[in-house]
Amino acid sequence: MSSVAAPSASGPLQAAFKLIATADPDLIEIVTLSLKVSLSAVLFACLIGLPLGAVIGSLRFPGRALLNLILNALMGLPPVTVGLLVYLMISASGPLGIFQLLYTPAAMILAQTILITPIVAALTRDVVAAMHEEYREEFDSLLLSPIQRAIALLRDARYRLVTVALAGFGRAIAEVGAVIIVGGNINHVTRVMTTTIALETSRGNLELALALGAILLSLALVINASLMGVARIGVRTGA
Amino acid sequence: MKFIGGFMHLHRMFALLAGLALTVLSASAPAHDQRMIIQSTTSTDNSGLYDHLLPLFEEDTGIKAQVVAVGTGQAIRNAANGDGDVLLVHAADAEEAFVEQGHGVERFDLMYNDFVIVGPTKDPAGIAGSNDVLASLQKIADVSAAFVSRGDDSGTHKAERKLWSEISVDVEPVSGTWYRETGSGMGTTLNVATGLDAYTLTDRATWQAFGNKQAHQVLVEGDPRLFNQYGITRVDEQRHPQVNHADAKVFVEWMLSDAGQQAIADYTLDGQQLFFPNARR
Repeated sequence: MSSVAAPSASGPLQAAFKLIATADPDLIEIVTLSLKVSLSAVLFACLIGLPLGAVIGSLRFPGRALLNLILNALMGLPPVTVGLLVYLMISASGPLGIFQLLYTPAAMILAQTILITPIVAALTRDVVAAMHEEYREEFDSLLLSPIQRAIALLRDARYRLVTVALAGFGRAIAEVGAVIIVGGNINHVTRVMTTTIALETSRGNLELALALGAILLSLALVINASLMGVARIGVRTGA
Repeated sequence: MKFIGGFMHLHRMFALLAGLALTVLSASAPAHDQRMIIQSTTSTDNSGLYDHLLPLFEEDTGIKAQVVAVGTGQAIRNAANGDGDVLLVHAADAEEAFVEQGHGVERFDLMYNDFVIVGPTKDPAGIAGSNDVLASLQKIADVSAAFVSRGDDSGTHKAERKLWSEISVDVEPVSGTWYRETGSGMGTTLNVATGLDAYTLTDRATWQAFGNKQAHQVLVEGDPRLFNQYGITRVDEQRHPQVNHADAKVFVEWMLSDAGQQAIADYTLDGQQLFFPNARR
């Protein structure tokens, strides 16, 4: 059978409940890896995308329009293309082959980071640009340098940027095209929720696949709710 | 100074993020001792054969094998890039070419099973019960009954195209009409076949393990032309120095040994043996 044992329940929802209720160890392993990979990717994407978005959103410099265009286009990167590019880079015969990253969680984090950094950067840019219009005069009167402005805007927009990070997370946790190529969907090593769903679908275990989909959706719901909750409390207390 | 006061916070936040990132990086850095990768066809994985074999192999040798299950064509390309230590697929000519090009050390016959044609019970081409695969395909072409092809350069796809060419049916011009190419794995192709009420060629193991058969049945079987040979090849460490050739050697030898061959024969699904060992010793 598969790595996740198909529960003998009627219907995908019952199957989902059964998998959760019995705390299926393989399911827990897969969910944990999914979260580890996608949350790490969000972390890296924020490290790159937040400053980049803030700079593009608040500064005027030559080539900015072109950069905007590229950034917008990159938001539509197909995961399978990212997977292929990363594969060619980290394959044993690729330029980064010596690091032996292929078929490891690190490779999956790398691919998802590339996939969602443009999303985080572009959305940050929009948030920051809107806010910059509001604060421009105040900044001028304080004689802030461009970098100081970008930092101030990022800080002030931090709760709205939670939504930006969540958009990136949603894209990362849901994609299968990139991680299945660079991770290889190896049981107990690089198998995540989406690759398991793809595998079970290909095995014709449609109910189990649907059950896993329901669990993935619930997970996304819980994570979104908790982060949005944090943001709301933050706004209210003005922290 | 609200904005200036924020600098410290933001710096601290980014320092925290960067720290977290470093932790993540070091935690997910690959550990490569004892990592041995099999680039494999999907049927051996989808049917559960590895779930049966690999624990036995690990028990005997202490080596953990990891399986990347893709179509035969992709498995060979991945292995030719050095991204695997052992190649286990079912397309003898392509495997021999792999060895000739210097990517593999030597190809061994490992085991066999057979292909079957599955299709809807309605059977518009009237081929049920036949053991003549060429005549059956001819009937399907004659009535333009829906046929789903892998279309992905896999071992099964190569076998199927060879059968069509033997009866001189050119499927290229009719692709998209009654002949549909999924460009996907066997399981995905079977899902399409059941969805479209279409015929398809599948290896028996994947069909046996497939969970979405609906009203599809095995219609054609038993033709010697449907013989499906699996081979095993170790990736050449001279060509690809980073491969784990020591463990790969142990694995290939174990698979060809009495213990490995017996383990293959012992694997059954719903009481049916799926793979028949035939290593030459």
